[in-house]
Amino acid sequence: MPLAAVKHSTKDSMQDSFTLAGQAYSSRLLVGTGKYKDLAETGEAIAASGAEIVTVAIRRTNIGQNPDEPNLLDVISPEQYTILPNTAGCFDAESAVRTCQLARELLDGHKLVKLEVLGDEKTLYPDVPATLLAAEKLVADGFDVMVYTSDDPLIARRLEEIGCCAIMPLAAPIGSGLGIQNKYNILEIVESAKVPVLVDAGVGTASDAAIAMELGCDGVLMNTAIAAAQKPVLMAEAMKHAIVAGRQAFLAGRMPRKRYASASSPIDGLIA
Amino acid sequence: MRITLNGESFDCSATSLQELLTELQLLDKRIAVEFNQQLCPRSGWVTQALQEGDCIEIVHAIGGG
Repeated sequence: MPLAAVKHSTKDSMQDSFTLAGQAYSSRLLVGTGKYKDLAETGEAIAASGAEIVTVAIRRTNIGQNPDEPNLLDVISPEQYTILPNTAGCFDAESAVRTCQLARELLDGHKLVKLEVLGDEKTLYPDVPATLLAAEKLVADGFDVMVYTSDDPLIARRLEEIGCCAIMPLAAPIGSGLGIQNKYNILEIVESAKVPVLVDAGVGTASDAAIAMELGCDGVLMNTAIAAAQKPVLMAEAMKHAIVAGRQAFLAGRMPRKRYASASSPIDGLIA
Repeated sequence: MRITLNGESFDCSATSLQELLTELQLLDKRIAVEFNQQLCPRSGWVTQALQEGDCIEIVHAIGGG
C-alpha cells in the first residue's frame, strides 16, 4: 500500500498543470530569450529549462541586413513553444498597445501577450496608471493579457477586475537578481487572486524561484537569472528543478515553525 | 519619393507596401507591418499604396524577457 500511495502521489504531481487563458501547461517555468550569447545558446538553455511558454520582444527589423540571418522564431518555433510577446521597452500605454497588435499579426492571430509599461529607466518599475490603461484597451481588443506589475495587492486586484488572465508581480527590479523582496505582498496577491499569479522579474538563483513557488505562485517568469549565469544551460536545468521542488513543497504543506528543538529520534529505549 | 521607414528617411521607388517589402527581401519573413501608426495585416500589403511622407514600421521578434 505505501508503495502504491507513493506512486499515486508522484503521478498526481506529474499532472499538476496550470491553466492560462484556457490552455493547460505542465511547466510552471516561463523563460525569456534575451541576453544570451547567441541563438544556439538561447535554444539550448530553453530546452534545458523545460519551459513551454517563452517570451520574445518585438523590435524594428534592421533594414538592409543579411536577409538570410537566422531569426529567433526559427530556433524557438511557435509550433513547439507558446510564444509570449512582451511590450518591454514601452514607456507609454499607446506604444504598448501598438506593440501587442503587431505581435498578434506577427504570430498569426495569437492573443496571449505580456503587458509591461515601464515608468523609469533606472528601476524599470511599472508605470501602474499607464499599465491599467493599456490593460483595459487590450482586454477590450480581445487579447489575453498577462500583466507585469508592482507587488501591490490592490493594483493586482484591479488588474484582475479589468480582465487580465494572469497577474505578474515583480520579485525585485528587472534584471537585478535580488530575489523576492516582499514575500508577504506576493502571498497576499496569491491568496486574493482567482487568476494565475506568476512572479516576473528579479529572481537571481534557484532558491528564489523555489520560494516563489512555496508561497503558492502558479509559476515564475525569468530571463536574466538564466542568461547571465556563468553556465546558462546548467542554470536553466537548476531552475526547472527549483520550480518543481517549490511547487511540491507548497502542495505538501510545510511543517509549522517552532522556536525550540524537537528531537527526531525517540527518547525511549536509550541504553543508559 | 521619401518615406519614413523604421524611423529613418528612406528613398523608395515602390508604389505599394508589397513592392517595398519585396525590394527589402522581407516578403517571406516573419514580420509585421504598421502603416501610418495603424497595423496593416499581410492580406492588405498588395492593396496598400505608398505616398510621399508615409510612415512605415516593420518589426520582428527578437530575444527579450
